[in-house]
Amino acid sequence: MSVRPATFKWVWVSDVRRGLVKRGSLWGFAILGASLLAVALTATASGGEQETSRVPLPHPEIANPGKCVADTEYMRKHHMDVLLRHRDETVHEGIRTKRYSLTNCIDCHASRKNNSVLGTKENFCQACHSYAAVKVDCFECHSSKPEATAGAVFHPIVPSGAKAGPASADQGLALSMQQHMRNGLAATANKNPGGESR
Amino acid sequence: MSEVNTSRRQFLGWGTAAMAGLAIAPGVTLIDLAHGKPDDQPVSSKVRWGMLIDANQCHSGCSDCVTACNKENGLSGGTGPDDSQWIRKMDLKDTHSGRVMSLPMMCQHCGNPPCTDVCPTGASFKRADGIVLVDRHICIGCRYCMMACPYKARSFVAHPVTDQKPGRPRGIGTVEACTMCVERVDAGLKPACVDACAAAGHEAIIFGDLNDPNSDISKRIAEYTTKQVRADLGLDTGVRYQGV
Repeated sequence: MSVRPATFKWVWVSDVRRGLVKRGSLWGFAILGASLLAVALTATASGGEQETSRVPLPHPEIANPGKCVADTEYMRKHHMDVLLRHRDETVHEGIRTKRYSLTNCIDCHASRKNNSVLGTKENFCQACHSYAAVKVDCFECHSSKPEATAGAVFHPIVPSGAKAGPASADQGLALSMQQHMRNGLAATANKNPGGESR
Repeated sequence: MSEVNTSRRQFLGWGTAAMAGLAIAPGVTLIDLAHGKPDDQPVSSKVRWGMLIDANQCHSGCSDCVTACNKENGLSGGTGPDDSQWIRKMDLKDTHSGRVMSLPMMCQHCGNPPCTDVCPTGASFKRADGIVLVDRHICIGCRYCMMACPYKARSFVAHPVTDQKPGRPRGIGTVEACTMCVERVDAGLKPACVDACAAAGHEAIIFGDLNDPNSDISKRIAEYTTKQVRADLGLDTGVRYQGV
């Protein structure tokens, strides 16, 4: 996930450079280069960017990494388009290929923890949609849970201890996804008052 | 140019033999029997799905079809004014003879559906294979279709719906009705009510292709007197009744 990695690094680097330029030393540029390299190495070693922006970057739980029907970059940008197209083909023409079907997405992306793509900030759909403050309409009508067969046998990715039915923790979340996003954003704002004091 | 490419002729011969092997009877092939429609193919108007309901076989106290429909589509099963009912069981009494007959009523999947005529957004539509549906993505909940339907087949979802069944979406502000279990039909299965009726031992509902003269339903319609409810409206219903 490298959605907006540049901002905080640039602030940090520009602070350093101001100090170096004041001294007017050529060594400064060497040190600058070394420190840039160090920052890059640190970022790589820690496996991602630090959460220093006001709104923390989303960290969706990927239940089945590397198994998506298309490239990650393509799906990030176009998942709504392929879903929309598939939706019309399915409803009006009865084309029921699995590749871009919402059911297939949910079956694969439902969280191992609560058997849903909604519910917490880590759940696949809610993570990015709450970050981007984009309302997701799908789950006002569609179930956010994978298709369970007759004996409440879950998709293989769900641990056998999970329970089906209305007792699930995320019940009613689909109902008011927008409200949950609002709450999530409020919680974030409370966690980082002022935003700039790091 | 005098040489004849015999391999091509042989290939065509094999192709003909293969086609003959797949076709059991006109319009019926092994592939159709095994899987229904291929997933990546659109539905075709060569098929017209329909049902024949035999009121003589339908039992007055039995509502297994309704229960199966509710379970299949995640309906509450309530019968209040705000509850969705996709299929209803009704008893009709002849006031002269006192004879009571029982039959299920649902969307009749008309060939000329009045609900699609009045729909202002195109949400009500008839699929190529004759199944009348609501595209709830574009339904605005105006309920004109409910007014237009002579069979009182459609329901409006007035309250938020939670915990829908996966693969069976339902939502507030839209109109819904019997879909002839379109997801099951596309998968080569029969509608839930038909299976439930057969499981109860009544076999009062027969499902099949009205366009195929060799289907069970077409044979029955050719042999016995069947009726369309409100045939005077000229709607060409896909659901026919026998023994009414």
